[in-house]
Amino acid sequence: MSLKKRRFKYLGESLIEGNIKITATFAIVVVFLIFIFIMRESLPIFFNGEVRQEITFGKLFKGTAWQPVSDNPRFSLWPIILGSLKVTLIALFFAVPVAIGAALYSSEFAGRRLKEFIKPAVELLAGIPSVVLGFFALMVMASFLKNIFGWEIRLNAVNAGIALGFAVIPSIYSLAEDAINAVPRSFREAALGLGASPWQTAVKVVLPAALPGVSAAVLFGMGRAVGETMVVLMAAGNAPLFSFNPLNSTRTMTATIAAELGEVVFGSGHYHALFFIGLVLFLVTFVINMTSWALFDGLMSKLYGSKK
Amino acid sequence: MTNKMNLRNIKDKLKIGLTGSAVLLILAILTIILGTVIIGGYKSISWEFLTQAPTEGMTKGGIFPAIFGMVFSLLLMLIAVVPVGVATAVYLHEYAQPGFILTKLIRGAVNNLAGVPSIVFGLFGLGFFIQFIGGGLDRSLGQAGLFGQPCILWASLTLALMNLPMIIVATEEALRAIPQAERAGALALGATKWQSIRHVVLPQAIPGILTGVVLVISRGAGEVAPIMFTGAAYYLPYLPKLPTEQFMTLGYHIFVMTTQSPDIDATVPIAMGATLVLLALTFSLNIIAIIIRSRTRSQLRKGR
Amino acid sequence: MQTGTDRLEIKGFNLYYHRTKALEDISMTIPEKRVTAIIGPSGCGKSTLLRSINRMNEMIDGVKVEGQILLDGEDIYQKDIDVVELRRKVGMVFQRPNPFPKSIFENVAFGVRMGDNVPAKEKLEEVVERSLKEAAIWDEVKDRLHRSAMELSGGQQQRVCIARALAVEPEVILMDEPASALDPIATAKIEELIFRLKEKYTIVIVTHNMQQAARVSGFTAFLMLGKLVEFGPTEKMMTNPASKLTEEYITGRFG
Ligand SMILES: Nc1ncnc2c1ncn2[C@@H]1O[C@H](COP(=O)(O)OP(=O)(O)O)[C@@H](O)[C@H]1O
Ligand SMILES: [Mg+2]
Repeated sequence: MSLKKRRFKYLGESLIEGNIKITATFAIVVVFLIFIFIMRESLPIFFNGEVRQEITFGKLFKGTAWQPVSDNPRFSLWPIILGSLKVTLIALFFAVPVAIGAALYSSEFAGRRLKEFIKPAVELLAGIPSVVLGFFALMVMASFLKNIFGWEIRLNAVNAGIALGFAVIPSIYSLAEDAINAVPRSFREAALGLGASPWQTAVKVVLPAALPGVSAAVLFGMGRAVGETMVVLMAAGNAPLFSFNPLNSTRTMTATIAAELGEVVFGSGHYHALFFIGLVLFLVTFVINMTSWALFDGLMSKLYGSKK
Repeated sequence: MTNKMNLRNIKDKLKIGLTGSAVLLILAILTIILGTVIIGGYKSISWEFLTQAPTEGMTKGGIFPAIFGMVFSLLLMLIAVVPVGVATAVYLHEYAQPGFILTKLIRGAVNNLAGVPSIVFGLFGLGFFIQFIGGGLDRSLGQAGLFGQPCILWASLTLALMNLPMIIVATEEALRAIPQAERAGALALGATKWQSIRHVVLPQAIPGILTGVVLVISRGAGEVAPIMFTGAAYYLPYLPKLPTEQFMTLGYHIFVMTTQSPDIDATVPIAMGATLVLLALTFSLNIIAIIIRSRTRSQLRKGR
Repeated sequence: MQTGTDRLEIKGFNLYYHRTKALEDISMTIPEKRVTAIIGPSGCGKSTLLRSINRMNEMIDGVKVEGQILLDGEDIYQKDIDVVELRRKVGMVFQRPNPFPKSIFENVAFGVRMGDNVPAKEKLEEVVERSLKEAAIWDEVKDRLHRSAMELSGGQQQRVCIARALAVEPEVILMDEPASALDPIATAKIEELIFRLKEKYTIVIVTHNMQQAARVSGFTAFLMLGKLVEFGPTEKMMTNPASKLTEEYITGRFG
């Protein structure tokens, strides 16, 4: 009996394999479609004559007022770009030390049992829906902080930034912890063997070795913060003011889309402007995330010699 | 000398304590949020609350339609996302060659997809599903406003796209944990590649896939930004029967109650109750995921 | 008993892992219904050679082969060879027992179930029983066929793996150090089993244990650094090796 393949014997097999392969390319298709469709709806700002009577690319960066539904609509993106920046920085200012401190503690100093408790706790924090964080910041935290610090405005960038910090702590923590854990044990043993204290070992040896990964974690958190919607929509007061004061109400790019897309006239300049904001968000988070990914990957191949 | 050493020791201890307090802070945040929502919400929870519709401009009544709509949309989302996610993971881990350009592209796309802001998914759902696909369908069917408008179907598909990376990552992690020797064992017995995947690999990956499914349900239940323009409604006086109808859902309902209520004082207890229900749901799902994961990990350690 | 026919013939066989040559110009014949041992120092290519005979090397990427391996005169490296059929004819037992996390019954029935025509339930039960008996483990597991194979001891697992290979009725069985992960008693059982199986099957076994090769095999191939140094009847090789290298190896001067 010959060992030659009988024709069509593996037809079913190759059909299944082909299907799986085609399905796997779906992720690529989706990313492309997202880019193309967000682009498609923002392009009229550049090319459509009718839309350009209302809004042009230049107008998006002129002045400091975002007033899309007034008699004399103004579409300056500066206040909401500033809002996104402000809230993101405040969130990172709060979340980075907490997340990295906790990651360092859990991988360097905590006992095994404590460690097995911290991770699920962080996962639970990650599991809180952002609308719940927004709700908490809006209904509870804002009044509390206002009373303590005597704020004039209850809903402001600091309030939103802190709540946003809650949302990004888990992202930063888990990536930072992975990076710190990836540092080979031999590094630690060498440092301890040379008489360094556990703290010195952690801060002078382990953390620097993991630095690309920790930076990746911070960037990753930043991407999350820039793209987060519900927390800032509910907790920041939602006024698109051009103000550097963190205690003023503010409005981010994400919140602008969320707040206005529901009432916008389809095909109007305002409508296309909102998609343009989406395009900016897509590109910004794309760059941030890819940088973070490259940094993290670079660390892993440095520590392990090859890609994990 | 000894004094100096002691001082350094104490300083080190303090610094370590500082990082430890970061852990405590995380636990505190968790406890405070949970505590506030429980204290503020438990009084509202009753059988009626869970089974009745909101009344009098959402200042009275229950949240049943929001729960119903949420379950409806999550089921549709799962039907879409699980097969695609599992197939992608199987391709990446079982078929693809690591250095291949296509493999790298898929991995890059999955990573990127995981980082796209949720509101951008909302925009995409509106531009692609509702206007392009839905609008196109309506035009070719010669009718208006059936597919080219926000509805459960489009919202669920938008959620599915957003959650695709999570299923892929969870499944791949499960596949990685299965020893190569078992695949070799199956092939050496004359199983085809697909047979070895279907009968040896996938059955063992089920707990991992399940973890992914549970997490995706949890995340899907809480996401608001992607669905607020693709299907979710402020208020509906009836329950949706078809995927082409709009729906109420818990997360959006909470948002609406807290930001658009005509009488905020009357709404707060209801909103708290709704938040408690949502939080209880996502917490239990996350705890289930944690338990499945630690079970399978300890089984792995025992050499199965 | 008719012997002396060659089932397998390896002709000028080279194998590369990426650019490194792991097997160089191997030529030998493997006689029917005999045990042929492959010996040699660790890393010399024994497993590689064995995996070449049922094309399991294809699971590893970057593998390239040259030359021929003939099974009953047919080159298994030709284009259009049905690798699945090949592996059903040439079974394999691995170094570490690798049962599936399924019941003992399902483990043994696995290969049969994956075949073209799956027999009815009674027939399948017969096959399982026959294979487990052939692998000398039936008595130990007959009351727990539907319990997980993972609960068995290492030696029992390995015999279930042998039964699993036997169930698809192969003609050749490849064994890669099948007892190296087992204790002496379990090892003795496996050796005894191999000795009996050769009445029906052509067996190729990799071992780094000289005594084991002497006990179970009729022919021995000695590999070093990817090359076949010597091949012949085991007895002759153990008492009067042709090559100086072989002599040094079997008297334990290296390896
Ligand atoms: N998967 C692989 N990839 C690259 N090189 C390999 C691989 N497997 C084995 N080798 C190399 O091939 C040579 C022979 O290995 P092997 O056949 O496992 O030897 P043995 O079984 O005699 O100990 C060794 O040098 C080993 O490093
Ligand atoms: Mg070997």
